[in-house]
Amino acid sequence: MSLTETYNDKVVRQFAIMTVVWGIVGMAVGVLIAAQLYWPALNFDIPWLTYSRLRPLHTNAVIFAFGGSALFATSYYCVQRTCHVRLFSDRLAAFTFWGWQTVIVAAAISLPLGMTQGKEYAELEWPIDVLITIVWVAYAVVFFATIARRRVQHIYVANWFYASFIITIAVLHVFNNLAIPVSFTKSYVIYAGSIDAMMQWWYGHNAVGFFLTAGFLGMMYYFVPKQAQRPIYSYRLSVVHFWALISVYIWAGPHHLHYTSLPDWVQSIGMVFSLLLLAPSWGGMINGIMTLSGAWDKLRTDPILKFMIVSLSFYGMSTFEGPMMSIKTVNALSHYTDWVIGHVHSGALGWVAMMTIGTMYYLIPRLFNRQQMYSVKLIDVHFWTSTIGVVLYISAMWIAGVMQGLMWRAVNDDGTLTYSFIESVKATYPFYLVRLMGGALFFSGMWIMAYNVWMTIRGVTPQAVPVPPPAPEHAPTPVPALAASGVRS
Amino acid sequence: MSPLTTTIVGIVTILNVLACGWLIWWTARREPGEVAEGDVKSHVWDGDLRERNNPMPRWWLILFFLTIVFAFAYFLLYPGIIRGTLGWTEDRQYQDEMRHAQAQYAPMYAAFAGRSIAELARDPKALALGRSLFANTCTNCHGSDARGAPGFPDLTDNDWLYGGTPDDIVRSITYGREGVMPALGPALGEQGVEEVIAYVRSLSGHPEPAEKVAAGQARFVICAACHGPDGKGNPAIGSKNLTDDLWLYGGSEATLRKTLMDGRHGRMPAHQWLGEDKIRLLAAYVYSLSQPQPQPQPQQ
Repeated sequence: MSLTETYNDKVVRQFAIMTVVWGIVGMAVGVLIAAQLYWPALNFDIPWLTYSRLRPLHTNAVIFAFGGSALFATSYYCVQRTCHVRLFSDRLAAFTFWGWQTVIVAAAISLPLGMTQGKEYAELEWPIDVLITIVWVAYAVVFFATIARRRVQHIYVANWFYASFIITIAVLHVFNNLAIPVSFTKSYVIYAGSIDAMMQWWYGHNAVGFFLTAGFLGMMYYFVPKQAQRPIYSYRLSVVHFWALISVYIWAGPHHLHYTSLPDWVQSIGMVFSLLLLAPSWGGMINGIMTLSGAWDKLRTDPILKFMIVSLSFYGMSTFEGPMMSIKTVNALSHYTDWVIGHVHSGALGWVAMMTIGTMYYLIPRLFNRQQMYSVKLIDVHFWTSTIGVVLYISAMWIAGVMQGLMWRAVNDDGTLTYSFIESVKATYPFYLVRLMGGALFFSGMWIMAYNVWMTIRGVTPQAVPVPPPAPEHAPTPVPALAASGVRS
Repeated sequence: MSPLTTTIVGIVTILNVLACGWLIWWTARREPGEVAEGDVKSHVWDGDLRERNNPMPRWWLILFFLTIVFAFAYFLLYPGIIRGTLGWTEDRQYQDEMRHAQAQYAPMYAAFAGRSIAELARDPKALALGRSLFANTCTNCHGSDARGAPGFPDLTDNDWLYGGTPDDIVRSITYGREGVMPALGPALGEQGVEEVIAYVRSLSGHPEPAEKVAAGQARFVICAACHGPDGKGNPAIGSKNLTDDLWLYGGSEATLRKTLMDGRHGRMPAHQWLGEDKIRLLAAYVYSLSQPQPQPQPQQ
């Protein structure tokens, strides 16, 4: 047993592997329900396989199981490396892993059984919500205690983003899910009417804003400069876009409720803050992409960087599209159409999944004492499979969505609507096939990744990595001892 | 919302927008002793993580600034922090658009007022309007071809629950209809239900065992209260004619069993909101569907 402190990479390894596993599971459900929209018979008349039950399973699995595992893995990795200290409490960290996996399995069972609160992205019933809260508090303790014990003076920018994500998700989750249980599997949310809707979209939009944006920007701020081996482009930009992003995002939810019974003034504030989000969001994209300045040639040879830079490009695109769609007049066209689905997936597949995939290709060899992935060529194949998949998916949904919006509002000379709803469904039908093909392509890329990961890690006994001393001029005085007694390796 | 809450929300909103502007100013200013623009700052994490001291891109700052200006302009013009100087509300926009549509389209429909439905049903222009109204209003239940679905009457077969005269159709559209078939399972029992099914099917010419038909006929007195002793139905209460082999919910044994055991409840909603002119055009179109004259071409 070494006396030198080492990083707790076990929990990172566990979460990293589960990221790949849940990515495959979540996207498999996505491909199935996309196929059901094209071939409705694919629910086989089995209640557990109906679209209505599998759709929340798909969203929960990709956001919270795939995305969540990636956030746990990378935040635990990043906070240790940038604080030059071992993760606080191995046992609590292990608890967050097993607790989070339990939540996922409980979701995968309860959602197909039809147990739901009926709130989008917050479908899980109260016992699971309680477990999520406990796990999340443990996560916060591990993360912030690690920061508190850091051996460097300054907190690295990635950790600000992770910190804001952890705190805000806790607040959102608790308040949106306040409910009165009537049985173990059924509860009623305490809010009513348009207040319930407002709470729901305050939560719903910030699940996007903090879970899928702030958290993944944290990932970007560590792994992009690491992979590019370049400094972050602008310290100033990161300060402005961080504070602006987190303070503005929290207001944007009401844009999900334009032209509803939500009062006009709330809709206005939601729209204005959504537009204000454009610049802060692009700040992250600029900082990420410009970090590569002076090293653009690496894009030719490094498929991991390709994943990251294309991911940032999709981030820029989605965060331009989002504010545009929040403008009332645009929203009147886009709302309730498949355009929204296209927008979400340009964010979820293009930004979140591609950043995660790139990061995992960086992370996994390092966690298993390898120089690099088993096959760089396969990473490249995965990159092109994913990129073509996303492009097919989102262009199909854009065209379908704009078409639906135009069909629904088309009016005859006599003032009647030109099309019945079913005609717009019929017109969308071919686009559902294109979307299915795009999704299936992206999904097949995940299998390439799984194979590559398997070939990289099989037979490896991971070695503990010692914590290196921080650069002396940035360590606080006195420097906390690295050879802390009793620290297990 | 109380005035206090409104004020607090308004103040916090403005402060947040102002804070964005202040943040830009505060971060953009140079601190004494900082490294030259574009150079790498001295902090290092994890061996090689560093940050450059690059300025924020000017075009990006302008973009940010413009959105802040937009925010204040929008809050001045539209309801948000104050009522908004344009006087716009969601409800007012709706009322305006409806008024506009009314002014534009009402004369088109009013031009057909005062003519009989039978006459309108022969006028291609009236039928074209009626068809559009039908597509918007009726197709969800009756289908775009008006042939209905189980539980939703076929409007093309000249078989009417509540009568097929123009006046009957206008009445059905205007006030709606509510059809109730009571659950007779408890009254008839399992065997009774089977026998009545046999009898009812025999009325439409289906071959059924004579014994069961006879027993069913004896039990039919319960049904006759609504469907009449001959089973031909009663348009005054919307009871179905059981002798024409045309079915509302279906004529298979299984469907009839469910109808008898559990009863049925059909509801055609009222459409007074359409106004008399449109209802008459709609009625003319529906009436034309079951008339022997040349049919209007189905809508593309």
